[in-house]
Amino acid sequence: MANIGMKFNPQKFHRNQIRFHIILIILSIFMALPIVFIINNAFKPFTELFAYPPRFFVKKPTLENFRLLFNFSAESGIPASRYLFNSIIVTVSVILLTLLISSCAAFALSKLEFKGKVTFNKINTLALMFVPVAVAIPRFLIIVNIGIFNTYLAHIIPLLAMPIGIFLLKQFIDQLPDELLEAAKIDGAGKWKIYFRIVLPLIKPPLVTVAILTFQASWANVEGSNIFVDREALRTLPFYMNTLVSGSGNIVAGAGMSAVAALIMFVPNLVLFIILQNKVMDSMAHTGIKN
Amino acid sequence: MKSNNKELMSFKKRLGNVKESPYIFILPYAVLFIMLIVLPVLVAIGLSFTYFNTIEIPKFIGFKNYVDLLTGDSVFLQHGVSNTIMYSLIVGPVGYMLAFFLAWMLSQVPHRVRTIYTVIIYSPSITGPIMMSVVWKVIFSGDQTGYLNYWLMRLQIINEPVQWLQSPEHLMPIMIFIGLWGSMGVGFLAMLAGLLNIDKTLYEAAYIDGIRNRWQEVFYITIPSMKPQMLFGAVMAIIGTFNASGLAATLSGGTPPPQYAGWMIVDHANDFGFIRYEMGYASAITVVLLLIVIIFNKISYKLFGEDK
Repeated sequence: MANIGMKFNPQKFHRNQIRFHIILIILSIFMALPIVFIINNAFKPFTELFAYPPRFFVKKPTLENFRLLFNFSAESGIPASRYLFNSIIVTVSVILLTLLISSCAAFALSKLEFKGKVTFNKINTLALMFVPVAVAIPRFLIIVNIGIFNTYLAHIIPLLAMPIGIFLLKQFIDQLPDELLEAAKIDGAGKWKIYFRIVLPLIKPPLVTVAILTFQASWANVEGSNIFVDREALRTLPFYMNTLVSGSGNIVAGAGMSAVAALIMFVPNLVLFIILQNKVMDSMAHTGIKN
Repeated sequence: MKSNNKELMSFKKRLGNVKESPYIFILPYAVLFIMLIVLPVLVAIGLSFTYFNTIEIPKFIGFKNYVDLLTGDSVFLQHGVSNTIMYSLIVGPVGYMLAFFLAWMLSQVPHRVRTIYTVIIYSPSITGPIMMSVVWKVIFSGDQTGYLNYWLMRLQIINEPVQWLQSPEHLMPIMIFIGLWGSMGVGFLAMLAGLLNIDKTLYEAAYIDGIRNRWQEVFYITIPSMKPQMLFGAVMAIIGTFNASGLAATLSGGTPPPQYAGWMIVDHANDFGFIRYEMGYASAITVVLLLIVIIFNKISYKLFGEDK
């Protein structure tokens, strides 16, 4: 009887869990429906897309929509592969740079002593609340003034300042015992050695989380292509997908293609999260805002 | 020669000092942070007091933008603010409670199935609202391809197709529905992780002290033990909802959407900033938005912040 509350994180199935499973299954189906729908739509032949009555599941799957998408882009002058290439370059650079910059800063903010540390931490937590759109205009002016308008850097730099990344990493590094770092220091290791040899290997879970968050932010980011770049050849995949979805106008030809486009944008995200979700949960354990 | 050597040594030493300085670690981030967050916020505040069309030099006009915005801009007041507040007040708290409720249920099923549920429940938030409108647009479509109309007609709930996305009174509820569907983001993950890491002995102690049911357990132990995660979730929910933009335009297929239904503050700012190039005015809008977000965050800090 005294056990009612002890079922958090249970090891195996128990009769009491059935009601949770019922609710969770219903909700999961509801959450997954649109995704199942998009996968089906991407493979639907023309006739099925506009069949009446509309059918949810695909009957005769075809790759026609994929072919259409790539043909369409070839005609428009800039092949889809160019947008894809841009997206990959930008996303990879953003992730690598963010991880490096954020982990260095988080290490300093957590374990090193310097003037202004407390204030900086406070401002960074405050910055979590900040709405990026609110500064799109000044950012645009700054991008132009530092001379990176219409370059790859215009895609990359605005995404690098990520308060939430610092926040997650710092909270994880706070959990590392000071004795560990002290021991290394006594053995004569400098700060960089401690950072590379001890801290970096230990903070893999939150680094993975930050990498995923960065990936999501960068892979779907249209701000760069919309505002900071006006050369078509420098624009990225999500921008192209958006123009395809909204701009192709005639919904008839667009429907299958946009489903494919949405699928291309969504699948890498999902796969990445599935592979890495254990690490994400590990790193989230000690996340939270303490006043 | 000897003194040269000495100088070199001291130079190396100073270089070493610089290399070991904590400021070097923080420098790249600090530069980016100041350049991309602090400075833009200050510039936005500055610009909001000017007339600026991006071509001419900004002209200082005092509080005129704010006065215009708060007294003369009926679209902003009647649609932008009210829609944003309504959307945020529904999607924020409801999504937040849903996130906690789901996380709480998930924490009570075994690891393996939990992983599957978590991935599915989290997945809508990574699809991105714009991409997902590809789906919702088809489902709510008013013509013969619309799924919802078809199902409702088959069930004989309605007799003729409803123009879901073109009628102002339906657009907002649909946006809220989609918003809720995609609201299980980082905050939800943090809450789940927080739940899984509550010290189990707390529960044992509580039962000895006479807690009798699940409700008491949730209110006296679970929530207090995960206040930091609850606050994190709240902040994320607030930002997520106030940041929403473009949904109405994407769904209805036009800017502005019919009768400005579902028109958000961010849409308004984008409209003035990047379509009409009235940057001063657009900045004033964003400053107002920032203030609203800060106020709501203050409230959640009051509710979930740890007592000092």
